Amino acid sequence: MKLVVGPFNRVEGDLEVTLEVEGGVVTEARVNAPLYRGFEVMLQGRDPRDALVIMPRICGICSISQSVAAARALGAAMGLEPTPEGADMAALIHAAENVADHLTHFHLFFMPDFARPDYVARPWHAQAVERFTAMEGSAQRQAIAARAELLHVMGLLAGKWPHTLAIQPGGVTRAPGLREKARLKATLRAFRRYLEGVLFGGPLEEFAALPTVEALMGWGRGDVGLFLRIAADLDLRALGRGAGRYMSFGAYPRAGGPVFKAGLWEGGAEALDPARITEDLSHAWMEGAPAHPYDGETRPDGAMAEGYSWCKAPRLSGRPVEVGALARMVVDGHPLGLALAGSGVLGRVAGRLLELARSQPVMEALVEGIVPGAAYMARGEMPAQGQGAGLVEAARGALGHWLRIEKGRIANYQIIAPTTWNFSPRDAGGVPGPLEAALVGARAGVEVQHVVRSFDPCMVCTVH
Amino acid sequence: MNLIWLQAAGCGGCTMSLLCAESPGALEMLADAGIKVLWHPALSVETGEEARAILEDAAEGRIPLDILCVEGAVARGPGGTGRFQMLSGTGQSMMAWVQRLAARARHVVAVGTCAAYGGVTAAGGNPTDAVGLAYDGARPGGVVPQPVVNIAGCPTHPGWVTETLSLLAAGEAVEVDGLGRPRFYADHLVHHGCPKNEFYEYKASATALSEIGCMMENLGCIGTQAVGDCNIRPWNGEGSCTRGGYPCISCTAPGFEDPTHAFVETPKIAGIPVGLPTDMPKAWFMALASLSKAATPARIGQNARADRVVVPPTLRKK
Repeated sequence: MKLVVGPFNRVEGDLEVTLEVEGGVVTEARVNAPLYRGFEVMLQGRDPRDALVIMPRICGICSISQSVAAARALGAAMGLEPTPEGADMAALIHAAENVADHLTHFHLFFMPDFARPDYVARPWHAQAVERFTAMEGSAQRQAIAARAELLHVMGLLAGKWPHTLAIQPGGVTRAPGLREKARLKATLRAFRRYLEGVLFGGPLEEFAALPTVEALMGWGRGDVGLFLRIAADLDLRALGRGAGRYMSFGAYPRAGGPVFKAGLWEGGAEALDPARITEDLSHAWMEGAPAHPYDGETRPDGAMAEGYSWCKAPRLSGRPVEVGALARMVVDGHPLGLALAGSGVLGRVAGRLLELARSQPVMEALVEGIVPGAAYMARGEMPAQGQGAGLVEAARGALGHWLRIEKGRIANYQIIAPTTWNFSPRDAGGVPGPLEAALVGARAGVEVQHVVRSFDPCMVCTVH
Repeated sequence: MNLIWLQAAGCGGCTMSLLCAESPGALEMLADAGIKVLWHPALSVETGEEARAILEDAAEGRIPLDILCVEGAVARGPGGTGRFQMLSGTGQSMMAWVQRLAARARHVVAVGTCAAYGGVTAAGGNPTDAVGLAYDGARPGGVVPQPVVNIAGCPTHPGWVTETLSLLAAGEAVEVDGLGRPRFYADHLVHHGCPKNEFYEYKASATALSEIGCMMENLGCIGTQAVGDCNIRPWNGEGSCTRGGYPCISCTAPGFEDPTHAFVETPKIAGIPVGLPTDMPKAWFMALASLSKAATPARIGQNARADRVVVPPTLRKK
């Protein structure tokens, strides 16, 4: 039996999932990203600096990630690195967005499904209804308020959120002083109070030190505890398992290297070679041959004849990879991250919570490191010819921008977003993307909802 | 008051910005205004079949629709089919859904510059033939026949959206300007309350991003012409574009996405910026500018070129 699920909401952007179902269980899944806007085409022929205005507007939820990727790609073409202090402020702005996104995902997108009447007989249902009913749950309201206050970091350092121009190849446009430092500290202290008092119900450092899945499942406190109780009851660890092949470009580059490591992981750490990335167009409504993004093109097939999605199929060494917070925690070698490798819905959501707990001290340290009088911006010249890549970690995983400049104008611009990896269609060999593979074996109905949302898809980024 | 919110061809950032509303939060403010959100793609529990039923009921007039909010431009391509954005699971384009629901709605609200005029989705040759709901750029056009409240901005300030919706829900008039924008924010210029005003007075200009001087002369800032109360009511606590150290690009205006120059560079003819304030005679502006430039106090001149205040105001001796 064929089942089309859409509009698939509580994801960022447009998503349609087509399922083959036998005996109530998914045997095959096809994922369609039904919106095409053509950002890569828009940029052609423009002043390279315009990318910093246009590209963040691909996405209203990971706008900063797009800013940072564009700034890094331009910087690479210019041969310009941000000053160490500028890189740190960009990292702080970026971390605040990623943390806000994790909060939005957990409370607004993922948890409301457990308040559905499907689960009325479960012992935790009443609590899930009270805390997570869409638009009314008490936890939702608290999270939205905490998020809005956390994003004061943006008002202070980035002007506004989303869609800032504060992040530049050489650093950031606003140099913070001691007054800003004091204010940022106050904002982060309030956010820690929320995380420890409400979401985690205990010290973040204690959560981040949990070494095993068993220890995690015994956490028992806060809304995290409620989620873990649900996860144990419904065996969300086994639901929607991934192939266990994870990639991270490395999060928050600082002078001494990224805060969370870059790499590839498949049963063990492997080196990552971005030159081995290609995009396959066999099942996308796109024309052209498979290519590395430096040589990639974006030519939509208006007839929509061959294929089933606007999404291209990125592959690393010819194979799909899963990206996201779990991938980052695995690649970084965190004990709990490694223990969750290969797990399904539980792993992806717990990976995000683990990263949330680990990101708060990172943000605090970045604020502590503010030095009044330091240079927050380096200057450079835009070359007439050149190319560069910006490889960063958005909340949802590895994000890459690849651009080429000719005669002082953008000659080509290609983007591979996290959800392009996770929600890719099949490739020429018929190999499904990570979500398509993870859905096989799920029961049609609310289980499909859990698996899809466990990836925290951002569909507006996916096709752009 | 029943409200349906659709996300057409855009980035979803106006919803993300809306959730930054404070005192009270967005959900509280809508509920307090008596607005019932029948469906919102990012917030509602209903998905798939359940969501289709709500949309179909509203489109067929089986449930009353008071306010239709659309975020994102309407992609008319390829070839007028609207198939660059299909509303998933329905086999119909978003364009068709916008038209069907708008025909039933008492009020239609375009949230963001994309929905108002096409915006960034229409940038760079407009690959998807995108338009606003009632405007194609600055010209009346689009895909729905009735008047639309254009809450332009990229993104919209949360207050612009919550206040427009509260006014509509209360049965109050939302006065709009010549481009359909609510006058309560469109009667202001981004220049009003800009912390760089003293630099502007003397044309003490920043020459590169990170310098704190006025960004009009060199860095593309058009806050003197752009509508918005961005520097009167701040963003995300205490922010605005110019407070963040980067130029206003007039994101509330149709066509902002395709200036004739780089966004962060002021176009000049013979060293004189083009596009001076619209309601001031050019000769007067030039005369005043050259006079004030010559009169620039050292404090202002030095600070304009630094990345923080290096010379404090002089204290009056008693």
